[in-house]
Formats: sequence, structure tokens, C-alpha cells
Amino acid sequence: MATSTQLPPGPSGTSSQRAIGWVRKNLFNSWFNSVLTILAIAFVVWIVPPIFEWAFVKATLTPSIEACRAVSGACWGFVNANLRLIIFGVYPYDEQWRPLLAMVILLGIIIASLASVKYPRLQKLVLPMWGLGIPAIAILMWGGILGLTYVQNSSWGGLPLTLILSTIGVVFAFPLGLLLALGRQSHMPAIKTISVVYIEVIRGVPLITVLFMASVMFPLFLPEGVSIDKLLRAQIGIILFTAAYLAEVFRGGLQAVPRGQFEAGDSLGLSYWQSMRLIILPQALRLVIPPTVNSFISMFKDTTLVVIIGLFDLLGGVKLALRSDPAWTKYYVEGYLFAAAIFFLICYSMARYSAYLEKELRKGERR
Amino acid sequence: MNATELNKNVAPPPSDEDVITINKANKWYGNFHVLKDVDLTVRRGERIVICGPSGSGKSTLIRCLNRLEAYQTGEITVDGILLGDDIKNIEAVRREVCMVFQHFNLFPHMTVLENLTLAPIWVRKTSKKEAVELAMHYLERVRIGEQAHKYPGQLSGGQQQRVAIARSLCMQPKIMLFDEPTSALDPEMVKEVLDVMVELAKEGMTMLCVTHEMGFAKEVADRVVFMDAGEIVEMGEPREFFANPKSERTKLFLSQILSH
Repeated sequence: MATSTQLPPGPSGTSSQRAIGWVRKNLFNSWFNSVLTILAIAFVVWIVPPIFEWAFVKATLTPSIEACRAVSGACWGFVNANLRLIIFGVYPYDEQWRPLLAMVILLGIIIASLASVKYPRLQKLVLPMWGLGIPAIAILMWGGILGLTYVQNSSWGGLPLTLILSTIGVVFAFPLGLLLALGRQSHMPAIKTISVVYIEVIRGVPLITVLFMASVMFPLFLPEGVSIDKLLRAQIGIILFTAAYLAEVFRGGLQAVPRGQFEAGDSLGLSYWQSMRLIILPQALRLVIPPTVNSFISMFKDTTLVVIIGLFDLLGGVKLALRSDPAWTKYYVEGYLFAAAIFFLICYSMARYSAYLEKELRKGERR
Repeated sequence: MNATELNKNVAPPPSDEDVITINKANKWYGNFHVLKDVDLTVRRGERIVICGPSGSGKSTLIRCLNRLEAYQTGEITVDGILLGDDIKNIEAVRREVCMVFQHFNLFPHMTVLENLTLAPIWVRKTSKKEAVELAMHYLERVRIGEQAHKYPGQLSGGQQQRVAIARSLCMQPKIMLFDEPTSALDPEMVKEVLDVMVELAKEGMTMLCVTHEMGFAKEVADRVVFMDAGEIVEMGEPREFFANPKSERTKLFLSQILSH
């Protein structure tokens, strides 16, 4: 039992006796608490078994409509039958190993980069990995060389699209947000004004509007014949939007660093950029790890909004699958649950990593 | 007994060369006049203690000397460099002038050694190896060589302030400014910091020190400056200053801080 391992071994009784003691002390220590405990147990008993039954016991994984009609539980067969459509969207069926490989490379680089906090030997590899990985992913996704057939990016979709949009989003929104946060604190009026106006305007507008502007209005301002690709416009929209939020997060961190740190840097003769890079930002960014990751999580989920400009990300893939055959349409719950599970897995991993990172970086510093 | 042996215990006299000149400096915070026509000349090797009631502008004055604060009118020259709005001049002055703060202002995310080597490496472009040697040399001098790999948060206040002094020394400054270096310390740690400062003084470092440690002033200061309400009210040799203060404000201040 988890309870018995948490308690220090005491002289009083066996672990089961201690467990009973713990239950008494924490769950039944007053009549009100006892009522709450009983209600909570009743709720769990009422809600969990039917869900379990629906999802596992009476469910089917067989990828056929007939099998699904035969059971009263969940039709995971829908997901099973349309897995590749959901995961890869409308990417040409025979070429889908390419986005799969691209996704594996991308996740590999991300995981290695995140792990470099713990393993300093990896740190030297981080930049080369990105330097080689991004072109490799681009080649895999677009093709057109090395004997790969060309796939235009309006056919990209599903999970690879979600991952690419959000990774590139983080990579570019982070430095842009940092510059905006520094700009907002600048003593130079022009830079300060530009930063404040940018942040406030973008924050004041929903992402959907930004994406719409990027996809519908922006091309109107371009000269005849010039066009910027739809995916790129969506990507830029996401970067610009996220940067504004990150800027405010970073500003909070900058303001939390004591003035004395700036003064110490100045008095040692460090330039503004040296002070920022070596003294202020390492402290400021560490302070804002939780809200920064919060912004990333929210951005990751917001990439689903690219559906409205005709790109099919993971969620869009589910929609495509539901539309592919009218018979499947009523199994949307299973489809969306599947997408939700993937989103949850990734977001929860980010949250756990953020907690880990905070702990790791604080090691040794405080007594 | 020859003269060099004597010098180990007695501070060498300052030279005749002026290293800081403050000429009619004025500063306002909004409508509040913090520095009023301040005039002060400091010679190379001179040790000056600045005291005065809180809000008298003494910290502001020494913070003007490395341009942590700007002044509005008048002229301040440090080591031959006019300190104004010119960023080149400001950076040149900051390379020669170091400051020790009331709250140490060590960098909490770096080890003690990293705190000390940072500025030599990035500002003086010293090699890492040399910077480490220099840092260890000064850490030994402030008697905390064994703490080099700890983080500031693991040290006591007195130790942190000694690290801060060593950090300044690593820049091998010509002038050192101390802004109430012992005010934030627990009483039992004041002495260890003052001892280091006394040693520095006796080696002929040019020092301007805002402090209420009158024992320190008596022991090492060449001049004591008393400020009140943004003005230099009185200054003089410590013996004369403490024995025969001339102005009423000085007498009142001294009676308040020496009474207990």
C-alpha cells in the first residue's frame, strides 16, 4: 500500500493497522468528513464501473461497422479502421511512412534536448541535432528530392502537422517573446511603444481572428502574383500570437529579479546584453517555468484551430475519418476521446517535465 | 625599525593626485532635491567614510560615482573620465570602480567561483584559467577559499559579503565603493567583514565607504564626510571630526549614534 510506504516505520503495530489508523485520521475524523467520504465512494462506485464497462468490457476493437453495431459498448473499431487517416490526415497513403519517420525524428530531438538538462554531455549535441533534424524533417515531409515524390504542404495533416506547428511555434515564439518583454521594459520610447502596442493588440484578439487575418486578409495586401503558403501563414500567426503571451510571462519573471542583480551587473562593468544573458535571464526564466509551460500547453492545443483555415491537424483527422463514411458518423465520441487521449498524453508530459525542470534547476542553490 | 615594516600596520598616506572630483553635483528625484551642490575631491589612495542620517543622500552620492544613478547638473570626474550620459565613459568608469552593496547582490544561480570569474572573463577578457586563479587568490584573501564551489544561498551573510568584496577585487579596481556593507549583517558577522575592509584600506586602496561603523572610520579613514539633507555639512580628519564637530547637526548626529 502506498500509505504504508509513506509512513516511517513506527513501533505501533503492523502496516495494515497503521493503514486503518491513517484512514480513521484522514477520512473519518469528523461526522462531516465521514459523510463526504461515503458520498465520494458512492459516486465513484456509481460512475466508474459503467464507464469501464463501456470502454473495455462491452467494446470492440474490430475495424468493421458490423462488429460495432453488434456491441453496446465503445466502437474502438472506428479508430482502428481509420487510424492512419486520423494520425496522418490526407497525406498520400503510400507515403505515410515519411511523416511517421519525421515525427519520430522530431520527438527524438525534443526528448534529447529536454534530457540535456540532466545529461550535460548531450548539451553540445542539441544545436547540431536541430540543425540536421529540421532539414531532414522538411525533406521527408515535402520530398521532391532523393527520389521522394513531392507532397505539397496543403496535404500535410494529423499528428505530424500538430507537432510541427507547435514545435516551430515554440522555437520561434520563445525568442520573439523574450525580445518583446525586454522591449516593453526598454528606456527607449520607440521600442517600448512598439512592444506594448504589439502585445496588447495581439492579446486583445482571439487566435481564430489572427488565423483568419493571416489566411484571408493578409494575401490581399500582397502584390499581385506573390503568395505565401497557407501553412506558413498559419505558422506565423501561431508564432505571433504565442509570442505576445510569452512576452507577458517573461516580463513577470524580469520584474521578479531584484534590482540589486541589475546593479551588480552594471557595477561590474557588464554590458546590457551580457547582464541580461548571464545574470538576469537565467534567473527570470527559471522563475517563470510554470507559466511558460502553461503557455506552451495552451498553444499546443490552439494549433487545432488551423482547421478553420482548411488544414487538417490531429483533430481535423478525426473529423475527416467521421466524414469518410456516413456509417461511422455516430461513433464521434470514440474518435474525439482518442484525439483527447493523445493531446492529454502530450500536455501532461509537458506539465511533468516542467515540474521536473524546476526541481532540477533548484538543486544545490538553496539550502 | 624601518619604514616598510611600519606600513604593514599603518595605512600609507594618500598621494597628491586627485582621482575623483565632484563639482557642484545636483540631483533631484522629481521635486525632491537629493544632492545639493555637492563638492568633493578624493585623492588616489584616500579612504573616505561618509556618514549621515538616512535619507541624507550619502548612498545616492556614491551611486553617482559609477553611474548607478544619474545626476542632473554639475560635473563628476572619475579617474580622469567625465561621467555623463556617454555610455562609453560610463563603461570605462565601471571597469575601474567597483561597488559592494548592502545586500551583497551576489548572483544566486552561480557558484561562488562563477560569481568571481564572470566579470573578469566577460569584461576584462581574461582567460578562464587566469580568472579562476585570480578568483581563488582573492577568495583566500577574504578567507573563504574552501567555499568556492558552494552557492551564495549556502553561505552566511558575513561570508556572502566577503565573497562580494572578493568579486569586486577580481576586477582589480582602482576605486572601491562600499554602500553600507555591514548594515544587513547579523552583529556577530560585522567584524569579519570590517577586518577585510581594514586590510584593504591598509594596502592603499582608494575607498569611499558609506557606513555607521565609527570604529572603522576612526581606524582607517583619512577623512570623514558628514551629510545631511543632500548637503555635505562637514568633513575632516577623524580625530578632529569626532572630538570637535563644528556644526550643530553633526553634534546631534554623533550624539545619537555614539550614545549607546
